[in-house]
Formats: sequence, structure tokens, C-alpha cells
Amino acid sequence: MNKPISTTCPYCGVGCGISALADESNHRLLIKGDSSHPANFGRLCSKGSALGDTIELKGRLLKPSVYGRETNWAEALDLVADKFLSTIETYGPDSVAIYGSGQLLTEDYYVANKLMKGFIGSGNMDTNSRLCMSSSVAGHKRAFGADTVPGCYEDLEHAELIILIGSNTAWCHPVSFQRIRAAKETNPLLKIVVIDPRRTASCDIADLYLPVASGSDAWLFNGLLHYLSAGCAPRTNPSYIEQHTEGYAEALAAAENADIDQVAAQCRLNKEDLQRFYEWFATTDKVMSLYSQGINQSSSGTDKVNAIINCHLATGKIGKPGSGPFSLTGQPNAMGGREVGGLSHQLAAHMDFSNADDIDRVARFWGSQQIASKPGLAAVDLFNAIYDGKVKAVWIMGTNPVVSLPNADKVKLALQGCEFVVVSDCIANTDTTALGHVLLPAQGWSEKDGTVTNSERRISRQRALFQPAGKAKPDWWIISQVARRMGFEAAFPYQSSAEIFREHAALSGFENNGQRDFDISAFADISVQEYDQLQPTQWPVNQHYPQGRARLFDDGKFYTPSGKAQFIAISPRFPGRLPDKDYPLILNTGRLRDQWHTMTRTAIAAKLNQHKPEPFVEIHPVDAARYDLLADSLASIESAWGSMLARVHVTDSQQPGNVFVPMHWTAQYASHGRMGALVNPFVDPISKQPESKHTPVRIKSYQPVWQGFILSRHELTSISSEYWVKIKGDQFYRYELAADSIPEDCLEWAKETGCNTHDTASSLWQKYQDPAQGNYRAAMLIDNRLESVIFIAKNNQFPQRSWLSSLFVKATLDKSERMALLTGLPPEGTPDTGKIICACFNVGEQTIKTAIQKQGLKTHQDVGRCLKAGTNCGSCVPEIKTLLAS
Amino acid sequence: MLNSKTKQQRLVVIGNGMAGMRTVEELLSAAPDQYDITVFGDEPYGNYNRIMLSAVLSGDKTIEDIVINDRQWYVDHGITLHAGSDKAVVGIDRINRTVTAKDGTVASYDRLLIATGSQAVIAEVPGNELEGVISFRDIIDVDKMLAYSSSHKHAVVLGGGLLGLEAANGLALRGMEVTVIHNNELLLNRQLDKPAAKMLQAELEQRGIKFKMAAKLEALRGNDQDHIKAVQLSDGSELACDLFIMAIGVRPNMALAQQAGLYCERGIVVNDTLQSYDPSIYAVGECIQHRGATFGLVAPLFEQAKVCANHLSAHGVAEYITLPTATKLKVTGIKLFSVGDFIGDDSSESIRFTDPGVGIYKKLVIKANQLVGAVLYGDTTDGVWYQELLEKKTDISGLRDLLVFGKAYAG
Repeated sequence: MNKPISTTCPYCGVGCGISALADESNHRLLIKGDSSHPANFGRLCSKGSALGDTIELKGRLLKPSVYGRETNWAEALDLVADKFLSTIETYGPDSVAIYGSGQLLTEDYYVANKLMKGFIGSGNMDTNSRLCMSSSVAGHKRAFGADTVPGCYEDLEHAELIILIGSNTAWCHPVSFQRIRAAKETNPLLKIVVIDPRRTASCDIADLYLPVASGSDAWLFNGLLHYLSAGCAPRTNPSYIEQHTEGYAEALAAAENADIDQVAAQCRLNKEDLQRFYEWFATTDKVMSLYSQGINQSSSGTDKVNAIINCHLATGKIGKPGSGPFSLTGQPNAMGGREVGGLSHQLAAHMDFSNADDIDRVARFWGSQQIASKPGLAAVDLFNAIYDGKVKAVWIMGTNPVVSLPNADKVKLALQGCEFVVVSDCIANTDTTALGHVLLPAQGWSEKDGTVTNSERRISRQRALFQPAGKAKPDWWIISQVARRMGFEAAFPYQSSAEIFREHAALSGFENNGQRDFDISAFADISVQEYDQLQPTQWPVNQHYPQGRARLFDDGKFYTPSGKAQFIAISPRFPGRLPDKDYPLILNTGRLRDQWHTMTRTAIAAKLNQHKPEPFVEIHPVDAARYDLLADSLASIESAWGSMLARVHVTDSQQPGNVFVPMHWTAQYASHGRMGALVNPFVDPISKQPESKHTPVRIKSYQPVWQGFILSRHELTSISSEYWVKIKGDQFYRYELAADSIPEDCLEWAKETGCNTHDTASSLWQKYQDPAQGNYRAAMLIDNRLESVIFIAKNNQFPQRSWLSSLFVKATLDKSERMALLTGLPPEGTPDTGKIICACFNVGEQTIKTAIQKQGLKTHQDVGRCLKAGTNCGSCVPEIKTLLAS
Repeated sequence: MLNSKTKQQRLVVIGNGMAGMRTVEELLSAAPDQYDITVFGDEPYGNYNRIMLSAVLSGDKTIEDIVINDRQWYVDHGITLHAGSDKAVVGIDRINRTVTAKDGTVASYDRLLIATGSQAVIAEVPGNELEGVISFRDIIDVDKMLAYSSSHKHAVVLGGGLLGLEAANGLALRGMEVTVIHNNELLLNRQLDKPAAKMLQAELEQRGIKFKMAAKLEALRGNDQDHIKAVQLSDGSELACDLFIMAIGVRPNMALAQQAGLYCERGIVVNDTLQSYDPSIYAVGECIQHRGATFGLVAPLFEQAKVCANHLSAHGVAEYITLPTATKLKVTGIKLFSVGDFIGDDSSESIRFTDPGVGIYKKLVIKANQLVGAVLYGDTTDGVWYQELLEKKTDISGLRDLLVFGKAYAG
């Protein structure tokens, strides 16, 4: 083994530092939090901790392929270049597009953006960051004149009031959440307010929870602005408003009707709670507003962002330690993408198409004659244009739009009908690679080398831990190779990521003179060695701030023409489509604790699949009763755009009238789990961000003839049941199944699905049959080693899968285990762990409950001392506390 | 005949077997001094456990092991025992209430208990009187079988029922080459269903026992000394044979009762108190017919003994009810169990569990949420529990999903 390599986690925008010990010969990886990294100081969440389990080569895209045939790089690159050139020649530069990802490294992103905007000459470079960050970008730009996150993570320790708005921080940014929890434990005066239509795990530390009506946030913050300024003794900061802002009067006028009664009614909040929140904001000096997709993913997301910023400007709670609006970014390099200009309305380095000088400046810097002069198509419009045949060639990099975009079935149709689809990815089989004409193997996280920027503007290195898998190449290399083949050799001479980073840094400082917030010109001449040793640094990094800068706007200066921050007059709007009699419920979507995006990597790690193994829909008990939905039954959810099937979770954490589904499942892991198919394609007119948190839907019970599950040591080869979900476990695959007709011979049916792949003479099926009840179970063992277990029943009464799942790691089963197999229950004396609560230490619900009872545990710390549960990433602490309370 | 204990009533028991003696034991415990008891038996022993004869044959037990009550026991309890072939009762005088033995011994009774048991059915084929053709009923038979096994090679057992298979297994263990002739496709066809019967046959075959299934016996052929030498089947095939065991069932010994004018059909007909048509005469065991049924297994006999003793002791409250009887095969290492209606019909449902890898098969038959039958092979741990559920008519709907996995899971 070598010495540990410092790198950065590839998941959320917290941007945790990782210390990785790579064993190249065995392709194994030991992961630890980097205790020196300022984003996490050694902490990691369940996903980050499991990175070592996601690096297997099985399932990787290892070779280029064209039209389903594996080939070499030269042929694949030639074809991409030729097709793009010929398409451009015939239909013009706007007939091609690149759709990138916040998973790309800054260097990859820079080269892709430079190719499309600088040399192909189209604005058609957009990215999946459009789906999560663009409303923040637009809000920042309107208020500050630049896409600037003012504060930093350290502010969490200074704050006296932290407001989480539309953010399940506990699950989506677990390490930041733990930091807030720790801050609260250190400083009991720190108050936490959670604003969310959904009572999430983040409410665990909340002093006040406001179950705001879906989509009503702008009213809430207009109301706050109104409250702050109302009465004879306003709690605004008049001198700050006067010296550093513009537009206050207009913003206030727009909020003039937002008195507390109105807002309480509009947001469906308890007036006393609302008053308490407003009063806390008014009377607390250091206030942070942390917001995320609940704000951004809205057809009025930009206005919501500005409604929040307005309140910080009105009180001067910005640019000082412990204060300010803070956008929690979703992806590891959403910020890096914004910095290079990866969104279609951006040009490069925080310059955009709205300024002719910027266009000219970038053109000169790049030495380009054909630079794009107008914004390109944003994600939803881009795929509509593909659908309409206006964009004829598209190159998708490191993202899975067939799953993640709204109205995703249309996206699928669009790509099916597209003349030329190129997909760069590290995974072979995704819903999107399935539609690619050319597949290009990109390096995976453990092989890539470059930089990423996290939510607090901190640039960190991602470093290669292993040799590339198969023929995989860095994205910047792939793009550069295509660019050269398209005739742009001179502009894409790159041999290393350091070289690209230098150019990116140089552009950020080019004719900047303090005009633009994003300036890392101090890195413009960085040596390869310095680049390799680059320490995590917050931009700007220039001659004034050679070591970076923790907070912007501490000097009261903004990047607007006047140098003053702008209030935006907000007229709150309803979501694009409201519930009606056909679609009476509001569908909310979001992330789970242990999965990342479209599961291409996290679903490889068995331990991450235990927390929430199956697509589900959360629904309030009142609605469940209204629509005849039993807990743990299946439901069909339909919108005007599409449908999905999900397991019913009845919970009062949902408001009546609202349902929630996780965003992660794809056609690779579930037959009907793609929530994107339902999501309405409304976008914010300014940011073009889709309204993924609010789609009118209807729900009804799906009653298959039977349900069941198969646990199999080997992947099944063909599944014929109507409903299936595939879940990778430790040395087995789990399939949750449901179907509309019962097989004549269940064993034969199971064999046909692939359970018999390893059937040999020495294997004999153990069987249980209760035909009158439609109850069928079977198990296959080879030399007492468990190979497959099948449970099928009409009544949907099944044991938990935990004990059966645990048997696959055993070399042989003993007699009592063998005899207990088809009960699904452990033999007497064997503890059943129950469903996994703590993914880090693999601790189950039953284990925790038993320990609480038998050992009289009182606090989650007690549980941690006893079982270690909750002591690593801590994101299961809310669930442990729920168990303690029950 | 006068007795010193003249105040006592006199009970005479015909038959020194398990049913009769169990009744006496029950009676002694319920009313120790009520009767002056006299027992007639045509075997020259005390009382022994006939169902353990298989174990004696197979060598798992000795004769001493299976003795229940030796002669001293009779002395200790003041019971007059007349044992031996010359003490076989030959007549009952119901008018004078006496019984007479072959040797002329006469005993008077106030109450008479007939427990004459049953005798083996002898196949009506030519040669059935040859030497070396025996049944498997008592110690004498076992002694013969043991003697043959040490001097002869070929044994043929007629009947693949419980007794036949136990005999076959015992003889095989004693070193004989054994063939079982059975008139059905399935062994124990009244106690097992097809899967269990097939598993049993396979397991016995593994032990070296050969089977002629669905076969019909044509004739037994003897040598010059009128000793059996071969068995001829109706398909023309022939088996060498030195010892032939008839194990095709039993029939009640009721000749004595009939002769005394007691009402008999297939057995001595008794009511629910085990009383015959003569109020002073009771009958228990394999010689009786109760509500149309005759008996061949031990469990109901013990139940009859209890009820009968209850009435003899004038408590007079118990009633005998024929319950489904569980089957067990006394062959070491083979576990099988069945009870009730384990085949089922159109109105019944079944739950099946099979694990051929370890030779386990279980089938439960359910009607209207009650267990009505069970057959278990390979794992009989829960047989007793299923019998309980069946007898108590327990509603099993709540345990159904785990029922077949036994009490540890479902109980």
C-alpha cells in the first residue's frame, strides 16, 4: 500500500476532503475523512464512507463504442468530430449541443464550454446544474451583480439563528448538518428554524418548524420584509440600506400586503409560529439562511432566492461572520461549472452574453473568431429542441437526463429520435447510455484528476487514486481530441489538467481589475507541482487575496454597475400548475440519505441500499385513507406527463394534499421508478430551472395479483413481472416483485428469471406451497450454501428481508438456518437486525430497539456508545431519536 | 370359587396384553381395592409391550427391556394370573358368570373384561400352512425370526404396512436379504401420501431392502420337508424364500365372545363406555368394534383402557371417542408421522414443505381454517403439536403462514 492520497468526495456540494489509501494491485480503497479539510474536518457521510465499495470494474464503460459496436478511440473520436462538423455545416452551430454535469471537474467543464461557446460558436452548452442551482445563480446575479456565495461554512459556528429553507440538510448535506448540530450543542443559544412542506429528518434539531404550504416561500419572505419594516420602530438597518443597496422602497411596496395574517393564510402556517420566526429574525444579529432545492426548483425560484436575500439586505445581515444567505449546492462541482460558464446563458469565468465587452474579451482571450454571441438553450428547452429536431446532435457528459429531467419520457423520446447522440460516462448501462449512438468511456471518480469547487467557493483537488479502468480517458482529453479533429487544434493543445486550470485562472483575471467576483488569477502561473499540491482554497485568489477570501461583501461593495446590492421587488406567484380535480395532490421530489442522483454509483455499494431499498411514496394518513392506500402496498402515481409505481409509506411528516417520492430510481433498478416521468416541465422564466418540487398528481392503489421477492446470489437474467426493483446486497441481489398473474409453476417461473443459472445436480430446491393462499416460497442451496430464495404471496405478508439477506455472506448454512429459510425468520436465538438504520456501521432497527430496552439507553449518544450507530456521519441520529422516543 | 376378600367384586380379565393390562393398571390407580382381579393369558409371561417387538427384532431392545409387568407385579397387586397356553379361556358362561380355561380352570366374575386382541390375517394362498410361514405378533414369532436370521438367508415379507416394514427392517438388520411384497404402488398407503411413501421406499432401499410393489402373491411353495422355499407372484416371477412373514393386517379375536352369544360384527361391539351388549361384560383393545371402527395401533387402546377403568370403578363419567390416530414407524432413523385426513378432498386446502436435500417432506391439510390432517417425513418434531391442533380443532388462520414450520415458529 502507498501512502494516503488527499482527494474530494464526488457527491454533494459540501465538498468533503477525503484521505484515500489505494491498493492498486487488489483494486481496493480505504476511505477516511480528511481531518485537515475545512469542509468536513475528517467527517464523512454514509455515501462518502462507502466510496470504497463503488469502484468495482463490473458495470464500468471500459471501451468506446459506436452504434453498439466496441471500437478504438480513434474511430469513435473521428465519428463524433465528423458528425458534429457535418451537422454544423448543414444546419448551423445551434443544431448541436453539449449537456454536461456538476459531476465534471472544472477542467473538463472549461474545455467543453470553450469548445461549444468559443469555437463551435453556439451557446448550446448547458448542464444538469440547471436542475438544481440556476435559480440561485440568477438570484445572486440580480442582487449582487455576480453569482457570489457571500459566506462560508465557518459562519455556521458564528450564527445565532440558522434557517433551513427547502433543504433536508440532514440527508442531502449530512456533514454540514452535523456541523450545525455540533454548533448547537456548543452554543445552546443557537436557534434552528426549518421551513419545509415536509417534516424531514432535519427537523430533528429544529427549535421551530414551519410546515409551509408548497410553493409559498416568496410570500413568507415578503412577509418577513414587511414585518421587519413595519410599525413605528422598524428592525431594518436603514444605514446599510442607504449606503449599500438600491430598490428597497420598490421591494417593500411589492410586499405591502404581506402582513402576518395574510402570510399565515397564504403559507398555511400557525400565526404564532410565524410571528416567532419573524421576531427571531428581527432580533437576532447573526442570521444564516441556508436554502436548497425547495427554493430553487420552482417556476418562481429566482424570486424566492431574491425574497430571501432582500431580508438579509434590509437588515445588513450579510458579509459578516455568521450572517448571510447561503445556497447549499447539490453537486460536487456545480460551483465549478458556474465558474467556467457551464450554463447556457453564461459565457465563461462569470462573464455572460448580456455584456458585449465580455463577449469580446473572452473571444480575444481564446483567440476565437466565431464565439457565440447569445445564450444557448437551457436544459428543458434544449431537449425540447432535440425532440423537435432543431438540435440534431447532442453530446451528454456524466449525467442521466432520461431520469433526471422533468417530463422525462419526452426526453427519452427526444433522444430516441435524435440523429446523433454521444454519451460520455464511466458507467456502461444507464437509461441514457442506452440511447447513445456513441459511448465514450470517461474516467471515474477514483481515476480523475482536477479541481472542484464546493458551496463555500472552496476549490479542492480531486486526485487520481487508480490507473484508469480499461480505455477510460479524462473528459478534458476526450473533448480536446474531438475539438482538434474539428479543426481547433491550436485552441485545444492540452496535455494535462494543470495546463487547463492555468488557462481558466488566467481568464478569470483577464482584464478583471476587480470588476468580476470570480478571480483566481493567482493560480494563472501555477506549476504542475503546485497544482498537484494545491490546498483547499476559497476564491477569489488574486493579488489582494493571495490565500483566498472567506467572505465577500464584507466591504459593502457589490458587482452591480452601481456597486450597490439590489433589492428585487417580488410579486409572489403560484406554481406553474395547481392541483385540480383530476390531479388533486402535489408531488414533491427529493433526495434520500444513502443514494446519489441516478444511483449509477451508490447502488453499487450494498450498504447504501439498505436504508431505503425501494421507490416509495410518502403520503399523509388522511390521504392514504382517502385513496384506499394501505401502508406498504403499491400505488400508481400519475401526472399529466407520466406515471410511476411506488411503495406506500404512510406518514404524517407529509402534509395532507402532498406526496413525496425520491428522485433516484432509474430503469436500471426499477421497472416503474422514474419520478422524472411525472414532473411537470414548467421552468422559472429567468433561471430556466424546472419546477421539480411541485407537480399535480393523482394516486391510486395498484393491486397486483401477487407480490414477492427474490434474493439471488447472481443477477437475474430476465424478469417478467410487471413490477420489479433490483437492489444490490452483500453477495446477492434482491428483487422486489409484483405481477398481475400468478405463474402456473412458480419454481419454473423463477428458474426462467435466471434463478437456475447456477442450478447443478447437487442443488435441490427447498419448497413451500400453500396454493389456496397463493403463497409460494422456495430456496436453492448448493452444498448448504444459499443461492436463491423466492417468496411469492397474494396477501403481501412477508418477513423482513434482513435475516435472509445476511445468509449470503455465509459459506454454509447450519441445519437450523436451513430449516428456517422459508419462514424468512431467524431460528430461535439468532437476533434479527431489522432494517438498517446506520449505514456506516450497518446497525439495524431491531438491534437498536433491543439495546434501548435491555440496556435502558436514553439518548442517541448512549446508543452510539453501545452500538456505534450514529457516530460516524450522524445522519441516522434523527431516526435513532425516533426509536428512543417510541 | 371363594376368596378371602369376599366383600370385593370379582373382575376377570381375558387377555394379558396391553389393552387389558392397561385397563387393570388404570383401575388399580382409580379404585385399588374395588375388585378381586383374575387375569387369563395364553402366553407364558407377565405383560409385555407388544409394540416394542420390532425393537427386539432389530436388536435395539431385549425381551427384558419390553416387559411391562413381570409375574411379581401380579403377586404384589394381589392379582391372580393364569398364564400359558393351557390357560387360554375356552368358554364364558354368562348365566353363571364364569369363565373356563382350557385346563379346566374356572373363575367367577361380577364384571368380565374381554381383551383378547387380534390375530394376523393369513393370506389365502396355496402353501400358507408351510413351515417357515409366520406372522409377527408375539415373542414366539420374534424368537422364530431371530433363529431363522442366524441360519437362513432369504426373507420375504408380505405387506408394506407398519408391521411388515418393521419386520423387514429388523430382519435386514439381522443380516437377511429381505424383499417386501406390497399390493399397492405406495408403502404405508393408508398412512402416507405419495411423496412421503416414495421417500420412505427410497430410504429403505438404501438400507438394502428390496420391494415388489403393486404385486400379488400367487402361491408359496415348499420343499420336501414342507418348508417354504419360494414365493410365486402373479406376474410369474419367483423369489427364493426361507422365511415368510404375513403382515397384511389383523382381525379381532372375537370367537370366544361370539361363542358366548355376545353381539359381534367385525369385532365385539361396544358402546362409548366400552360395554358390550352384556352389561357385566366390557371389552377393550383390538378385539372390539366401536362405532364401526376396529383398532390396530396402541394409542386408542390406552384411551379405551382409561375410559373402561373409569366405568369399572363406577365413576361412570368418561366416554370413549375415536380420535384420529397418529402413525409412527418404529424403524430407527426413519421419521415419519401422519394423522387425520392427510390426503384431503375438494373442500380442503394443503400446505406443503419439501426439502429433498435433507429428506424432509411435510404436508398439512386444512379445512375451514382447521388442521384436519398431517403427514410428516424426515422431521416429525411437530407431529404431536399438529395432533393437538387437530384434536382441539384450533383455528389456525393466524398461524397459517408459519404452521408447517412448527411450533417454534407458529406456536
